[in-house]
Amino acid sequence: MKTVLIIGANSAIAKATARLYAEEQCQLYLLGRDTAALAEQKADLEIRGATSVDFAPLDATHFAVHEAVIDQALDNLGHIDIVLICHGSLPDQALCETDFDAAAEAFKVNALSVISLLGVLAQKMQEQNNGCIAVLTSVAGDRGRQSNYVYGAAKGMVSLYLQGLRGRLFPFNVNVVDIKPGFVDTPMTSHIKKGALWASPEQIAHCIIKGIDKKKYTVYAPYFWRYIMQIVCSIPESIFKRLKF
Amino acid sequence: MKLHSWGRYPVSTSKIQKAQSAIALQKSLDVVTEGSAIARGMGRSYGDSALAKEVICTEAVDHFYAFDEETGQLRCAAGITLSSILHTFMPKGWFLPVLPGTRFVTVGGAIASDIHGKNHHIDGSFCQHVNALSLLLPNGEVLQCSHSENSELFRATCAGMGLTGVVLDATLSLRKIQSSAITQKTLRAKNLEEVFAQFAENHNATYSVAWLDCLAQEQQLGRSLLYLGEHAQDGKFKAQGSRAINVPFATPSQLLNRYSIKLFNSAYYNKPTNTTHASKLEAFNYFFPLDSITHWNRLYGRRGFLQYQCVIPDASALEGMRKILATVSAAGKGSFLSVLKKLGPENQNLLSFPLQGYTLAMDFKVEKSIFALLDELDHIVADHGGRLYLAKDARMSEAMFKRFYPRWEEMQALREKIGANKVFNSLQSQRLGL
Repeated sequence: MKTVLIIGANSAIAKATARLYAEEQCQLYLLGRDTAALAEQKADLEIRGATSVDFAPLDATHFAVHEAVIDQALDNLGHIDIVLICHGSLPDQALCETDFDAAAEAFKVNALSVISLLGVLAQKMQEQNNGCIAVLTSVAGDRGRQSNYVYGAAKGMVSLYLQGLRGRLFPFNVNVVDIKPGFVDTPMTSHIKKGALWASPEQIAHCIIKGIDKKKYTVYAPYFWRYIMQIVCSIPESIFKRLKF
Repeated sequence: MKLHSWGRYPVSTSKIQKAQSAIALQKSLDVVTEGSAIARGMGRSYGDSALAKEVICTEAVDHFYAFDEETGQLRCAAGITLSSILHTFMPKGWFLPVLPGTRFVTVGGAIASDIHGKNHHIDGSFCQHVNALSLLLPNGEVLQCSHSENSELFRATCAGMGLTGVVLDATLSLRKIQSSAITQKTLRAKNLEEVFAQFAENHNATYSVAWLDCLAQEQQLGRSLLYLGEHAQDGKFKAQGSRAINVPFATPSQLLNRYSIKLFNSAYYNKPTNTTHASKLEAFNYFFPLDSITHWNRLYGRRGFLQYQCVIPDASALEGMRKILATVSAAGKGSFLSVLKKLGPENQNLLSFPLQGYTLAMDFKVEKSIFALLDELDHIVADHGGRLYLAKDARMSEAMFKRFYPRWEEMQALREKIGANKVFNSLQSQRLGL
């Protein structure tokens, strides 16, 4: 029976992934801001087959509580086989360009809070000498685009951090998976018009579970984003700088 | 945003509100401004019953709340699909008491349409297995409704097409099964009389449904394949069917014409079928053959299609169905998906479709000439004491509706009493004068 810690558990992708782990009869521990929603998930996941589900409140931007909250989770689970970090928010790019506070907040939510949590988690996972750390970043972090570069930079920061962390934890049997979803139809993107490239949270959840099981390093979700991003990254800067997307 | 339901006709311009949690759904009425809102689940009704200026999507509110292993009572959110319920509970030996032709409908939608299945003649419709539900009223209040509590509202909400409020959650009775497989027996019927006789003969079969060739004429009018099903007893549980294939875009509707359909129907009727021995197949393949073609609705082309489903009471069913089929086949319209089924007794819900008799469902692609033909069929149905299914309808007239559903006045009175007529109005309810 696997033990799984999910941070940002009320996000649509986290919910879909938790359901798949529940079907595998895992023991789950959920962290998120809205505890009423977490309580609702607990009942749901137990009916779906989870061995046990517990939860606690966590506002990821309160860095000071991170250590205590992770300690509590570890106490509850006994041992962490998999930790999945899912929280994030899509900032308003135009606002971030004129208002530094908005940009700083975007970095706090999408990057610094993740790095703070990873600092604590890395230490614990290193001590237990096995496990898996999976973090949701984004294909937006592969190259800065003028329409979305604040979000992209924050996610890209986490991706680079994960590369280093992977090396640090390799001797301790801990795998670090960077999950890079493309467009996903979630509450975070509910205001955007959807096209053919959009995936459902359930599709992403399957990619996540597969990537963790197979001990991948970077998972593009769905897979075809790997090729799309290879093309995006190969466009010469002299042309790329003129592209509005 | 442009929105349509399964028939891809009509298309509405709607403001869509996607509730992400039960709490958000409870507050969804705070932002309804236009007096024309309707709840929507998977959008699997065919016509305009889940279309309105403002649409409240319940699909993302999909939690299980409680399950009693002893009694099989399941309390779940209205946005959960029958597919998810089967996925979770079939491996544990539990089954839904009523299943429609697709598993991709929500519990809320199943209640609003009071759906029926291949076992209606024995088990009745979906709402007969719903013990209680919570209803969000137009004034934002949440009310518990059941046979004993607010029973008047319960009977109006079951089969109520979302016109009394938004169903938030429901308590259903699941049923124990011994296997996920179905033992199927196929009978071939030369014409309508013969398939009626076969239905009557096999009224004890748990599940029965007939595929019918709606383009066959004269001596062969109504020739059919009748599929009988029973739950197997082998103790194996599997909640999946064949791998689905997808129709990626709307195909040219000219591909479906009287010649191609006639050819298909003839081949289908004459396909080698063992009519003497039973065969075993997975429940998903028995109940949901069409779910293995994702977006099959796109086969009818860009303009979409209309499904015509009527029921005619036993006494006049044979005569009525004969007239309907003769009219359809003379017009050369029709489809490869005509389904005939015997239904059991009517229930107490105000706008429930089933009544003791036979129901026939046929698909027609949308084209100018089809509307007059369907109006003609409406008269045949009305003259034989039958009615049309609201979940499939996109075009019946107000006058016909009021003939088909004599209890509409009770519904209207109740809607006025709770103020639902000022908040919950679908394009369908406006067309039907509700």
